[in-house]
Amino acid sequence: MSTAHQASAAPQQRWPRIGNRSKRVLPGFGLSLGISLLFISLILMLPLTGLVMEVSAMSFDQFWFVITDPRVVASYKVTGFAALTASLFNGIAGLLLAWVLVRYEFPGKRLIDAVIDLPFALPTAVAGIVLATLFAENGWYGQWLSKLGIEVAFTPVGIVVAMAFTSLPFVVRTVQPVLEELAPEDEEAAVSMGASDGLVFRRVIFPALWPALLTGVALSFTRSLGEFGAVIFIAGNMPYVSEVTSLMIFIRLQEYDYAAASAIASVILLVSLVMLFAITLWQARYLKRVEGR
Amino acid sequence: MTITVDGISKRFGKFQALDNVSLDIPEGKLTALLGPSGSGKTTLLRIIAGLESADNGQIAFSGQDVTNLHVRDRNIGFVFQHYALFRHMTVAENIAFGLNALPRKQRPPKAKIQKRVSELLEMIQLPHLAQRFPAQLSGGQKQRVALARSIATRPKVLLLDEPFGALDAKVRKDLRRWLRNLHDEFHFTSLFVTHDQEEALELSDQVVVMSQGHVEQVNEPTELYARPDSRFVFDFLGQVNVLSGEVKHGTLSQGNAWVTVPGIQHQGDAQLYLRPHEVRLATAPSPRANLPLRIEAVSLIGSEVRVELRPEGWESEGSDNIWEVGISHAEFNQQRPVRGDLRYAVPEVGHLFTGTGARPATVGWAEAEQTPNIRLIN
Repeated sequence: MSTAHQASAAPQQRWPRIGNRSKRVLPGFGLSLGISLLFISLILMLPLTGLVMEVSAMSFDQFWFVITDPRVVASYKVTGFAALTASLFNGIAGLLLAWVLVRYEFPGKRLIDAVIDLPFALPTAVAGIVLATLFAENGWYGQWLSKLGIEVAFTPVGIVVAMAFTSLPFVVRTVQPVLEELAPEDEEAAVSMGASDGLVFRRVIFPALWPALLTGVALSFTRSLGEFGAVIFIAGNMPYVSEVTSLMIFIRLQEYDYAAASAIASVILLVSLVMLFAITLWQARYLKRVEGR
Repeated sequence: MTITVDGISKRFGKFQALDNVSLDIPEGKLTALLGPSGSGKTTLLRIIAGLESADNGQIAFSGQDVTNLHVRDRNIGFVFQHYALFRHMTVAENIAFGLNALPRKQRPPKAKIQKRVSELLEMIQLPHLAQRFPAQLSGGQKQRVALARSIATRPKVLLLDEPFGALDAKVRKDLRRWLRNLHDEFHFTSLFVTHDQEEALELSDQVVVMSQGHVEQVNEPTELYARPDSRFVFDFLGQVNVLSGEVKHGTLSQGNAWVTVPGIQHQGDAQLYLRPHEVRLATAPSPRANLPLRIEAVSLIGSEVRVELRPEGWESEGSDNIWEVGISHAEFNQQRPVRGDLRYAVPEVGHLFTGTGARPATVGWAEAEQTPNIRLIN
């Protein structure tokens, strides 16, 4: 890149950012971008291409038939509804946790802060088994809940619990840094103008937080869409009632129907991608406004 | 509205931020809280605002105890050093915030709020930026918006925490003048924190000098500059030249430097404080003083020529061991002092500190020399 830049006879810089020496802490823009792209290709793009190739071996009718199979459609509904519920729940619980961790000092704060990441570190199957045991009719939580007439294990509610458990850190970890950077002066300014606590939260704190919160919830949602390990142990896996889409993929794989598995996977992939793109675009627009870029 | 601060103390852990501070802030005046960092000025301001609570003591507005009143009920305007504008709101929305935050019963109708906002925008001379976001404004513009926002609900007290601290020199000067005009027009009781002596002296009707959690002195700017009560105030308010030595038979001396001190009874240690404009530079010692100095630097920028000199054969107090003298450009053109020249400082008026904690005595040589019975040395 730099040789190309030096070779250009034009006096003005064609790539001002690239030509700027002060940006060069890491060696060469060309090299670092190249490595990044290679890495993205190997890790992300290649497997995705494989998926698309597998799908493209099917005709559209075949594809449509597979992805609109009533049992699969039922699994979309279950998965989508459970993921939405779980991520909304995480939106509230995660915000609360992040708030407590940032705003208050209490003994054991560091411990809680570390434990937040546990769902990431724990093998999801372990989480699934533990949750299933806890919420089973004779489990620690389950025995009390069953007295209230609430069944969690082996029902769609169980799916929500498993999804919420595995994706909680997304919300906490995206909101926490934003909350930490929030200037206390903003709140003080609002209060000095007579704003009530509720108004300060609604009009000052929440607007600053909610791009991060939305990102966290979206990540939590997409993660939940694909959750497999934790869910299958607690879901009960009854066709049309408590089967998630990733289980459908697994079942197709067990039938050695790789094309069908890929077709269903591509649906999940598409939904996740569209969602993440939408959030990113929206956030860029929002940030452009508040940061004046 | 007057503000009465009565015996306020505040500790942060082991650090005593304020130690039994009492103070009266007069109504309708612009008062400066001046002090170095760590002197407790911001803490005091925040306690008056109600953003911080005091360990001891009382705050009263117009005689009414507000010590336990919440910030939001104190009806104050507060301006922060870093503006604290709401980033996601437009300038107009920012200014309207306080009005929209009023309880439903007191809240003016929408049209009235809008009218008030455009009034304020007019006042800060930024009506064309109403729909902009704070990120699109310059520092000076942001601070003006912050000011408009803080006075939108017509508070009786305006508190400003280093309002110009984050701005560059030129903008700071403009904004200072603008605030002064604004204050003269609206006459709220204003209190602002600054560590900049020039700002405090230029802008305020009354200056409160603070140091280490104490109030050192309270006075009008001119009086404060002319008659500081303590060494601290002297040092803090502008440049000062010090001769520290021993008084014997009416003469203060150190090394080969000496100054006659007319009418002095004191014997022993003393320090003579001289402002840069209270000293003249001569090419030969005068009967009243022998203060040889060698020129280190000459700075021509400004309305006065600033000459920095190093004591020759004696030592000035202070780490840099430098005296500073201001001479007019006319004098400069006559004498043409250059680096390395030897000059003798001739004091016109001085301030003598004897002992510790005592107030300084003003020393004037000109009148003393006219009285015939003064003994001249040499």
